[in-house]
Amino acid sequence: MLGFCGLVFLASAIAGFLGSLTGLGGGVVVTPVLTLLFHVDLRYAMGASLVSVIATSSGAASAYVREGFSNVRIGLFLEIATTAGAIVGARLLTHTPTEALSVIFGVVLLGSAYMSTRPAPRHVEVSDDSLAHRLRLAGSYPTANGVREYGVRHVTGGFSMMFSAGILSGLLGIGSGALKVIAMDQVMRIPFKVSTATSNFMIGVTAAASAGVYLGRGYITPEITMPVMLGVLAGSLAGSRVLAGAEVKVLRLVFAFVVGALAIEMIYGGVTGRL
Amino acid sequence: MSADERLDVVVSVVLRVGVTLAAVLVAAGGILYLAGHAHDAPDHRVFRGAPQGLTHLGGIFTGVLSLDPLFVIQLGLVILIATPVARVVVCAGAFGLERDWVYTVVSLLVLGLLLFSIAANAI
Repeated sequence: MLGFCGLVFLASAIAGFLGSLTGLGGGVVVTPVLTLLFHVDLRYAMGASLVSVIATSSGAASAYVREGFSNVRIGLFLEIATTAGAIVGARLLTHTPTEALSVIFGVVLLGSAYMSTRPAPRHVEVSDDSLAHRLRLAGSYPTANGVREYGVRHVTGGFSMMFSAGILSGLLGIGSGALKVIAMDQVMRIPFKVSTATSNFMIGVTAAASAGVYLGRGYITPEITMPVMLGVLAGSLAGSRVLAGAEVKVLRLVFAFVVGALAIEMIYGGVTGRL
Repeated sequence: MSADERLDVVVSVVLRVGVTLAAVLVAAGGILYLAGHAHDAPDHRVFRGAPQGLTHLGGIFTGVLSLDPLFVIQLGLVILIATPVARVVVCAGAFGLERDWVYTVVSLLVLGLLLFSIAANAI
């Protein structure tokens, strides 16, 4: 048990470190590592991952909110969609066979690995659409050249995409950070930095919405979750302290490649029923 | 400091305190657990589900009283799950004090969904 916990802690710490450094998030990598490397049942792995995601996102959000990057109004409003989606997703989970879950997980993982290799877009929208105006979603955030104002577009489109992000979060025990960022940054045209910070802010609440089902069904088991949660948290804290330099670009590609390989392994394991 | 900035600070503190408290409990329970079970062989290949008492809040709160390490870990995890919920409570209160009724309702709606899900599955 000591050896198992030590190795799981170490693997989770590496996953959390690379996940926070590359922006992919640690939780999404933990599940394939636990199932493929440590032969932990997929449901236990998803339970451990869901809880770890709450720890890392809340830790990161604590800093982002104080620095003025997260937009609390946007976050809260979109959380209506993500929590509702997560409740639906967790309900679906209890009716989905493990093999199918493994395949869906692999496909989602492949998608987020691909998205993490794309460069962050730089755009700032200045005008609001009418719903964004009525909800006072516009905000401002600190940049190198002082505080910058931004507007918010396509609120309904972003809101529906957030519902899907919630479903995936509840179904797979992940934070769905990649999809949340796409909804805010690509659809709602919110600045990238604000999108990632607000996504972190929302992930904890989204995950908490399905945590009741995970806890009640016995997916969250203390012996496995303990080293995973502590490892991912320690790793991601360390990762956020390392300055983002030029070498992160290469690292992000290498990491995306590894994650892509894990994803294919998950799909293969699900199709052949060997997981 | 504006009302929005004050809310940012309070939210930030709630999140940090929740995560820290959870991590301390999980680590303490983990050390106690490993001290007693260092040489047990782990077997998590087959899904059996966590033991009965660990799957609902009532069982976890009673189990902690006996200082069973697994229950201490699980209590830490419950506190972690409760941290974002507490953050929504703070938002609802803050927007209510500001008389910002739209966002008071938005916060309460999110809170309602969270409590409904937890109450329906893990009490």
